[in-house]
Amino acid sequence: MPKLNMVQAINLALKEEMKRDNSVIVIGEDVGKNGGVFRTTEGLYDEFGPERAIDTPLSESGIIGTAIGMAVYGLRPVAEIQFMGFIYSAIDQIFSHAARIRYRSRGRYTCPIVIRTPYGAGVKALELHSESTEAFFCHMPGIKVIVPSTPYHAKGLLTSAIRDPDPVIFLEPTKLYRMIKEDVPEDDYTIHLGKARIVQEGNDITIVTWGNMLHRTLQAIEGYDAEVIDLMTLHPFDEETLLNSVKKTGRVVIVHEAPKTCGLGAEISATFAEEAILYLKAPIIRVAGYDVIIPLPKLEDYYIPSIERIRKAIDETLKY
Amino acid sequence: MTEKIIESFQVKRIEILDEKGDIDESLMPSISEQNILKIYELMILARMFDQRALKLQREGRLGTYAPILGQEASQIGSAFVLNKSDWVFPSYRESGVYITIGYPLHMILQYWAGDERGLKSPIGLNILPVSIPVGTQILHAAGVAMAAKYRKEKICTVAYFGDGGTSKGDFHEGLNIAGVFKLPAVFICQNNQWAISLPREKQTAAKTLAQKAYAYGIEGLQVDGNDVFAVYKTTEYALNKAREGGGPTLIETVTYRISDHTTADDATRYRSKEEVEIWKAKDPIQRLKLFMEKRGLWSERYHKYVEDKSMSTIDEAVKTAESKELPTPPEMFSYIYEKLTPRQKKELKDF
Ligand SMILES: Cc1ncc(C[n+]2csc(CCOP(=O)(O)OP(=O)(O)O)c2C)c(N)n1
Ligand SMILES: [Mg+2]
Repeated sequence: MPKLNMVQAINLALKEEMKRDNSVIVIGEDVGKNGGVFRTTEGLYDEFGPERAIDTPLSESGIIGTAIGMAVYGLRPVAEIQFMGFIYSAIDQIFSHAARIRYRSRGRYTCPIVIRTPYGAGVKALELHSESTEAFFCHMPGIKVIVPSTPYHAKGLLTSAIRDPDPVIFLEPTKLYRMIKEDVPEDDYTIHLGKARIVQEGNDITIVTWGNMLHRTLQAIEGYDAEVIDLMTLHPFDEETLLNSVKKTGRVVIVHEAPKTCGLGAEISATFAEEAILYLKAPIIRVAGYDVIIPLPKLEDYYIPSIERIRKAIDETLKY
Repeated sequence: MTEKIIESFQVKRIEILDEKGDIDESLMPSISEQNILKIYELMILARMFDQRALKLQREGRLGTYAPILGQEASQIGSAFVLNKSDWVFPSYRESGVYITIGYPLHMILQYWAGDERGLKSPIGLNILPVSIPVGTQILHAAGVAMAAKYRKEKICTVAYFGDGGTSKGDFHEGLNIAGVFKLPAVFICQNNQWAISLPREKQTAAKTLAQKAYAYGIEGLQVDGNDVFAVYKTTEYALNKAREGGGPTLIETVTYRISDHTTADDATRYRSKEEVEIWKAKDPIQRLKLFMEKRGLWSERYHKYVEDKSMSTIDEAVKTAESKELPTPPEMFSYIYEKLTPRQKKELKDF
């Protein structure tokens, strides 16, 4: 089994799906000849040609709107937005059309599109290259939001996303692109959308997190009997796994990189409050990015939730 | 050093049928008499449908409705030349297009009465649901055209939008992409002179909307949008060109929105009666009627027959639309995702 990083795992998933199904195409800026600015689409142009690894003009709304048309026609376009910070001009297409076509046409048309984009901070990038605005998308009925945290999961989740009948936003933590190498099977496997995974079992506290923050969390919990959950599907998220864990531990910390206010942590926390408050022994604590614009590299490290902040939150809940 | 013109363009305008019902024989497309009658009948049906929709709205039987009065030639003339396999991407002011391609009339009414089920186009009719966000559907026409090209299926896509739509980013992105990939798409801009209260000259400083095509390396044509033969011929030309791999075309049909923007609008707040009167004199149906009269294709009796037939079609549609059982609340949940989410399943218990 090859050891792959996340870029290679994503590349492999794309390649395998394109081989398996000729309705799968990739479309975006520099995804063809150049193989993508992070090389996630490397080799697809050579193997499948310019009609299936489509280099578009610099045109985010154009990429998504065109991909929506392709999906409505019956293809399975995988559109790439070069960085999440540039997705905003395509939000009209995502919210007003991708999310609604099935509903609006009473199922006559559907939009099985995947929108992949590098996401999150920690790579000392330019402005708007470190965004984590997943919550915007989680608020929109009709789309699914996925964040992988390892190469293995990236391949399985992306494969599922491509085969999924609904529009999927697939957020790839830039920081993780080359951070980890692990065994990634070349053969076909999928990971269920809508299911969280328990990365580590524990009894004293439940920590819910995703993407890059999973790895910080795993470092932070050393010495604690913590249950760590990688959410993976942010929308619609796996309430059942979360609630079962909290009913066992009675304590919750939620860790995400996005700003705290109206971040997905708020929704998760409200879900615990509604469904499991009688099991809680301590207040729910969110460790999140601050309510600021994500800063440029000089201040970036102060922004991203640190191991210390996660540990402090755990200690705080364990006081009860 | 030199200074020279490295690019220039000219914008063609096509007019065939004038207000007196006379045609330029040299430009007249070949249309059978039978098809001329069909076009006339569709234009009458569309106009009467439009009037009925306004009446139903006033009676509280429809919600907000966007009338097409004055735009019948632009809509019927263009939609008439589509193949059954072509794909249509409409805005909200497209009753004439829907009617021409054979969309069930009762479903159009059902939609405007506030029931999404009216947008579920019957299998075999490739028309997308009404697009409310202005101009955004232009990109879908590019996307379907790109997919069809990849599949080597010889279809064309046709996007309809207004003069206001040309100011949107998606107009730019759509035409640009269609140009780069030489897509089999036709972009039909019905320049009805107004975008709610904003007059055409404030929409863009460009002299014509058609000329915008040239910035994308595609052909742009202007037609008299109240001249059904000019619209027919130009659309047919653009579709044939697209089918032969000649790429996209932008067609500006110069027409006029005689009615209010929608039933929620009062156009007297921003435009003069005189202006409306000038355009009423250019009525697209009147012109066609005069032409047909001169050819011996029109008589009072024939017209009465067409009106009666349309009236009973519309009556039937109203009856069918209003006899549909109301949608049930669970339907809200049924088409968000292919399968209900666990949370939706819980929410559904409210019903
Ligand atoms: C993106 C967007 N902005 C604003 C509106 C509200 N609105 C509806 S129609 C309209 C004017 C559109 O004018 P035009 O494109 O010329 O089409 P027409 O209504 O004249 O057919 C406006 C501003 C909208 N539906 N979509
Ligand atoms: Mg207009």
